[in-house]
Amino acid sequence: MSFAPEELLACALARLIVARPTAHVAVGAASPVPAAACWLAVKRGAPIRLSLLHKRSGNPFTEGSRELFDLTGQGRVDLFFLGGGQIDGQANLNLIGTGEWPGREVRFPGSFGSAFMYMMAGRTILFREEHSPRVLVERVAHVSAPGVSEPGVFRRGHAQALVTGKCVFAFDPARGRFILESVHPGETVESVRAATGFGFDVAAGVGETPAPTEGELALLRGPVRDEMLETYPEFCGRVFGRRAAA
Amino acid sequence: MITLEEMAASVPDGALVALPPDNSLPSVALAKALARRGAKGLRLLGVPVSGFATDLLIGAGCVAEVQTSACSLGEAGFAPRFTAAVKAGTIRVVDATCPAIHAMLQATEKGVPFMPLRGIIGSDILANRPDWTVIEAPFTGERIVCLPALEPDVAAFHAPMADEAGNVWIGRRRECATLAHASRRALVTVERIVPGNFLEDERLAPGAISATYVSAIAVAARGAHPVALLDEYGFDAAYVAEYARMARTEAGFAEWAAREVFAPRREAA
Repeated sequence: MSFAPEELLACALARLIVARPTAHVAVGAASPVPAAACWLAVKRGAPIRLSLLHKRSGNPFTEGSRELFDLTGQGRVDLFFLGGGQIDGQANLNLIGTGEWPGREVRFPGSFGSAFMYMMAGRTILFREEHSPRVLVERVAHVSAPGVSEPGVFRRGHAQALVTGKCVFAFDPARGRFILESVHPGETVESVRAATGFGFDVAAGVGETPAPTEGELALLRGPVRDEMLETYPEFCGRVFGRRAAA
Repeated sequence: MITLEEMAASVPDGALVALPPDNSLPSVALAKALARRGAKGLRLLGVPVSGFATDLLIGAGCVAEVQTSACSLGEAGFAPRFTAAVKAGTIRVVDATCPAIHAMLQATEKGVPFMPLRGIIGSDILANRPDWTVIEAPFTGERIVCLPALEPDVAAFHAPMADEAGNVWIGRRRECATLAHASRRALVTVERIVPGNFLEDERLAPGAISATYVSAIAVAARGAHPVALLDEYGFDAAYVAEYARMARTEAGFAEWAAREVFAPRREAA
C-alpha cells in the first residue's frame, strides 16, 4: 500500500511516543506531523492526555497561553515536540537565524517557548522534515534552546530522539551525541551521513524505519484526519485530502 | 466609548504597545488604524509571540522595535515585513521566550520588581538580554534567571463584547487579562456592546476583565479579521496567504496596504 512521507513520519513518531511512559503530551506551533502522531497513538488506544495548543474549539487551556508553561514548569507535561531552523550534533536548537544576532543573514521566526520547554518538559522529540547539511549542522549559529545543561542548572528532560525526512536518531544526553537508529525506506547509513552536518554514532541494530501498516494508514486517513481538520486544514488537504477525493 | 480612529490617535509615537498574536484576540482593526494615522517609532511587545498585526505595522513603517518570542504568519509562513526589516536592520528585535514575557507581565500585575523563571540558562537569548540576570535561588540554591517587571504603555486587543459598564469579555484568553492588568492603558476594540454587567453574571464573570483595567473601548465589527475570533468567526487563510505573497516586497506591501488599510472602508462581509 502506498503512503505519503508524512504518514511514515507520523508512524515513526507515534512509536517513540508510546516507547516510554507518557501520560500527557503537549503539541505546540511545530509541524502538524507530530499532532498526527499523537492522535495516532491515542486512536490506537494509548491512555494519553493530548493538549493541542492551537486547537480553536475545545482548547485544553483555560488560563490563557501562560498555562502551558506553568504546568510544564511543574512537571505535568511528559512530552513536547520541538524543531529548529538549525539543529546541531549536541541537540542545540536554533530558531533565531543565521548571521549576526538576531539573524541578519537568514531570520527564522524566533524561539517561541523552546528555551523553557526543552528544559522543563519530561522529554522532547525533535522533528524536522528537511534533512540537509544546512539544517543539521555541526554547531548552530545561535542557541535558542540548549541540548544539554551544566550541573547546577535545573533541567527535567532532554531530547529523546530526532526524526527527519531521512531517518530516526536517538539522543544520549550523557554524551551529548545522536545515535542513528533507523533509516527511512530508500535511505542508507551512507546517504544519511552525506546529508548530515554533524557526526553521529550508528546503533548496532540499525535497520529500516517500518512502513505504516494498513491499520495505521486507515486510522491516519480517517479518525486522525477528522481530529486535525480544524487546526491544520492545509496539511489535511495536502496529505490526506487527495486520497479522500481519489 | 470612542471611535477606532480616536483610539489610534490616543497612542503616542514611541509607545510600548503590547499585542497578542493571531490565536489570542489581536485587534487588527486598531493596527490598521495606527497605520492610517501614521504612527511612528512604536515599540511592539508580542504577548508572547507576534503575528499578522505586527507584520502589518512593520510594513507600514510604524515600528522601531519588536520584543517577541517569535513572529510568524502560522500556516502562511514567515512574516514577510518582519523578516525583511530584520535583514535590513531597520527595526530592533529583542528576542525573548514565551514564558519569560508572561512572567515579566505577571511581575507588573503583582506589583513586584521581578519574577524568577527556570530554563533559559544556556540559551543565547539570555546572552543578548542585558536586562535579564542569573542569581543563586534562595531556598534551592539552583541558578535561576530573574526577569524584570515589564509595564507596557498600551495593551491593545480585540474582544467579542463589552457591556454597558465598560467591562470586557475575553473568555478563556486570560493572557489578555494579565496584559490589561499589567499595562498603563488597555485599549480594547469589540464586536459589540451588550446591555447589563458581566460581573453580575456568574457564567460570564470568570471570562471578563473589569472596567477598572480598561481605558477605552471602540466598536470595530470583525476587528480581528483576518484572524479568528474565538467561536465567532474563523481564520481567513486566503486573505493572509495573499498578504504573505504580496508583502514579500515593499512595493507589494504598499499595493496591499493601499487597498486593505488606506482605501475607504468597504462594508464588512
